Amino acid sequence: MALPSYATTGERIWHYVFLASCGLIFLFLIGPLLVIIPLSFNAEPYFTFTEAMLTFDPAGYSLRWYEDFFTSKAWLNAIKNSFIVGIASTLLATVLGTIAALGLSSRYMPARGAIMALLISPMIVPLIISAAAMFFFFSKINLAQTYLGVILAHTVLGIPFVVITVTATLSSFDTTLIRAAHSLGANPTRTFFKVVLPLVTPGVVSGALFAFITSFDEVVVVLFIAGPEQRTMPIQMWSGIREQISPTILAVATLLVLLSMLLLATLELLRRRGERLRGLSPG
Amino acid sequence: MKKSLMTKGATVAAMGLSTLAMAVAAQAETLNIVSWGGAYSMSQQKAYHEPWMEKTGDEIVNIDRSGNALAGLRAQNQAGNVTWDLVDMLPADALIACAEGLIEPLDHDQLLADAPDGTPPTEDFIDNSLTECFVPSIVYSNIVAFNTEMFPEGKQPSTIADVFDLENYPGKRTLLRKPINNLEWALVADGVAPEDVYDVLETEEGVQRAFAKLDTIKDEVIWWEEGAQPPQLLADQEVAFGSAYNGRIFNAMVTEDQPFEIIWDAQVFELDGWVVPTGKLDKVKDYLHFATDTQRLADQAKYISYGPARKSTSDMVSTHAETGIDMTPHMPTYPPNFETAIPKDDEFWADNNDELTQRFNAWLAQ
Amino acid sequence: MSNSSSAPLTTADGVPLRVSLRRAIRRSKLKALLLVSPLLLFLGIAFVMPIVDMLWRSVDNPEVSSTLPRTVSALDGWEGEALPGEPVFAALAEDLREGQQARNLGLLASRLNYEKSGMRSTITRTARRLRTLEPPYREALIEINDTWGELDTWRLIQRESSPYTLSYYLAAVDRQFSPQGEIVPVPEYLQIHATLFWRTFWMSAVITLATLLLGYPVAFLLANLPLRHSNLLMILVLLPFWTSLLVRTTTWIAILQSQGVLNDVMVALGVIADEARWQMIHNKTGTIIAMTHILLPFMILPLYSVMKTIPPSYMHAARSLGGRPFLCFRRVYFPLTIPGIAAGGILVFILSIGYYITPALVGGQSGRFITNYIAYHMQTSLNWGLAAAIASILLFVVVVFYWIFNRLIGVDKVKLG
Repeated sequence: MALPSYATTGERIWHYVFLASCGLIFLFLIGPLLVIIPLSFNAEPYFTFTEAMLTFDPAGYSLRWYEDFFTSKAWLNAIKNSFIVGIASTLLATVLGTIAALGLSSRYMPARGAIMALLISPMIVPLIISAAAMFFFFSKINLAQTYLGVILAHTVLGIPFVVITVTATLSSFDTTLIRAAHSLGANPTRTFFKVVLPLVTPGVVSGALFAFITSFDEVVVVLFIAGPEQRTMPIQMWSGIREQISPTILAVATLLVLLSMLLLATLELLRRRGERLRGLSPG
Repeated sequence: MKKSLMTKGATVAAMGLSTLAMAVAAQAETLNIVSWGGAYSMSQQKAYHEPWMEKTGDEIVNIDRSGNALAGLRAQNQAGNVTWDLVDMLPADALIACAEGLIEPLDHDQLLADAPDGTPPTEDFIDNSLTECFVPSIVYSNIVAFNTEMFPEGKQPSTIADVFDLENYPGKRTLLRKPINNLEWALVADGVAPEDVYDVLETEEGVQRAFAKLDTIKDEVIWWEEGAQPPQLLADQEVAFGSAYNGRIFNAMVTEDQPFEIIWDAQVFELDGWVVPTGKLDKVKDYLHFATDTQRLADQAKYISYGPARKSTSDMVSTHAETGIDMTPHMPTYPPNFETAIPKDDEFWADNNDELTQRFNAWLAQ
Repeated sequence: MSNSSSAPLTTADGVPLRVSLRRAIRRSKLKALLLVSPLLLFLGIAFVMPIVDMLWRSVDNPEVSSTLPRTVSALDGWEGEALPGEPVFAALAEDLREGQQARNLGLLASRLNYEKSGMRSTITRTARRLRTLEPPYREALIEINDTWGELDTWRLIQRESSPYTLSYYLAAVDRQFSPQGEIVPVPEYLQIHATLFWRTFWMSAVITLATLLLGYPVAFLLANLPLRHSNLLMILVLLPFWTSLLVRTTTWIAILQSQGVLNDVMVALGVIADEARWQMIHNKTGTIIAMTHILLPFMILPLYSVMKTIPPSYMHAARSLGGRPFLCFRRVYFPLTIPGIAAGGILVFILSIGYYITPALVGGQSGRFITNYIAYHMQTSLNWGLAAAIASILLFVVVVFYWIFNRLIGVDKVKLG
């Protein structure tokens, strides 16, 4: 994005205005996430910076909201539930989604467009509609207010992510590699484990991560179909925000920002690994 | 000798059997009890649940869902999977749930405990408070409270009309995001006598008059939806006035030392109590008998300023368990508080809630 | 050699090649379908059937026909001109008695009360006095409650006696049946849903436009920077994308509320007085700011992937042909990015009209969406038929946009980060 040497003064000004506005937009994107991190160490039960915090007085900071979080039975139970539901629905979505993606990436898949549109629709249909519909239907078949119900609902929501990422990986998959493996004397099983799997794994894992974070962050459907035993972390946050915003919420929020950083890093590593394996990038 | 041995054997066997029987009877159960959460659930925990668990070994699970109890009962009933054993509910909702067959009809005299002097329940509970499927436990009140620090001395508000008087009592107000209570208060503030409120509201002009009065403060109102919000907003001085359940305000005043005061003028009082989801009567009837007896109701008044629903508790005046202050003047039923009280008309609201709520929402969205 | 040119090609086992090929293709098709079928079956049960059930519920109307079967058949052929005769009232008394016993009058009372306020107590009061009720029922019932003496009550029962109804859809767009059975708008003071649909659409359009204005320059920058730098900046886009929706909403509450960070800063800087803090949350502004932030990555990512494919040489060529920068941009670069704008725009718009959490938490009164009323009718007013009808209308709108999106861009082109 360097300026060409023939740029006029007007263009230069325009260029810097442009860069500055981009900077502001990036600030808009990331600033809010950074603001809450120091706020979560507030020693007072306020949602803003206190004087003590601004003067960097150590007394203005404390870990009390983290302590609150880690010693609260309700929060710990909610974390447990979030992991149970998240892991189970991720496994289910990943298995079903990956198998389906294998079929979808076949050249001979009939009605591919229509099927793909259907498989991705849970991502497009507003959550409140899915939630209302599942509430009506799951109540009828005894699945409302059960772990299984919540897990199945989250599997539905996670599936589009798995299908999209795995089909994308498979579509860039070079099928001549399989033939090459065969011609070099590998049997199909060996080919699958030695050639196909390593190349597809990054796609599957990132699909699974997407499915997991979707479940881990989902409020609306749980709000409608979960019973009190299935209270997940987002539900706990939701009622916390609606009733009284204690900075405990900010401590949770900070931990969740850290979690998403971790996931993002993992995804980036997977992407690089995938590209390297497919010989798309040098290093 | 032989005989005595046989008797011994029989005695041992009988003892064994009876222990077994006792073990079966006392087999600890888990009761899922739905209530309102917060200070109110805490008072039930102290007055009913803890003594009951100690007595029987049962486990009681508190579920804070009374705000959506009717929806929950419907969903569970439709699913044929009722997980709630006992529900704390408003009488208006209980009427609907009862008519839909979601909750059990109750034979009050047979199920509930007599008063200590032997008065049967149907006479001991407040008149007309027992309905087909409902057992009241408390009388609570919807009131408006204010933060005393936000008004200069000598200019403290005292009537419901002051809440609608922006000129003399400026500042934000927080009110429940429903027409209930607000329409009643608007009319009283506009000069309608408390006892005539529902007659006026039955007419279209009355409803218009109430909304017109609400219009005068609309811009200054923050609407709340969760019972915990008004005390919080008052404490943060985000608002000067807030409508609330009197017990929550009492709790903030006494245990958190908040500078709040309650305007008892035109308090809208009503009952709150237990209903039994269909099919759960056998499981909870012993608990229900216990939790609605005179002693338990009197005990609850030590923890929260709601009036017990039995007349026989009246000479068991209590003091607050933590601070020892006299609870009497904090009760909705205390005569000076009660002079201009409005009894909530459940039937009026059962009929008109659908339409008035839609009208209220449309008014809000304008 | 000359032989093979006339005879059809065969495989080693003598089957004509064309047949064999067709067979192989069929087998591959079957195999592909077989692989997809478990997922299709799963989605069919856990997703499609619930949606179908909801659509059905929006027209389902069992209350009157199943609770008052005798009354309904006695009313058959009634013209609606004069009060029905004794047989109809007798049938009603019988139906109510049976309903009382089965304890299902509550649903009927709720259903009729949606259409005519006061019907709930009419039915419960009547039911309470059934035991002492004696013929002639017409006089007796009207004595209990004069609602039974109104023509409109009977017209209502007759109209709602069909097992299906359009009433919920009418209510969802602020219409109703008049007592004469015509479709009329509800009184102005009851109109709310149409307003909210409209507000949802225009606010979503504003949010979409805002994400486009903010997203376009950023996507342009990312697409034209060397990969090393753009990857780094991309993290700033992806991190919010990956962060919990509730977390992002919470941060906006912390920043925008009247005792919040931004107001505090403004007061400290002396820009505004302490008493005149900006009201930026619990209104439209709050919803628009927070949702623009939340949906911005959904605009940037498709724009970026389109811009990435535009060779820089196009702009260089245009410039070297003497075009001024703005003209070159408008005539050459911008048209090439329209697919990205369409993709991002439709995506953001679809997501926006379906948002529930953020408007509920930061929208206050004026920043609420129609989705908030679906939740309201599900959980508070318990008018599930109306909730289903509103949801079905919203679903229809979303499906139309999804179809356009699919035609224009193709769902399989969707990329995630």
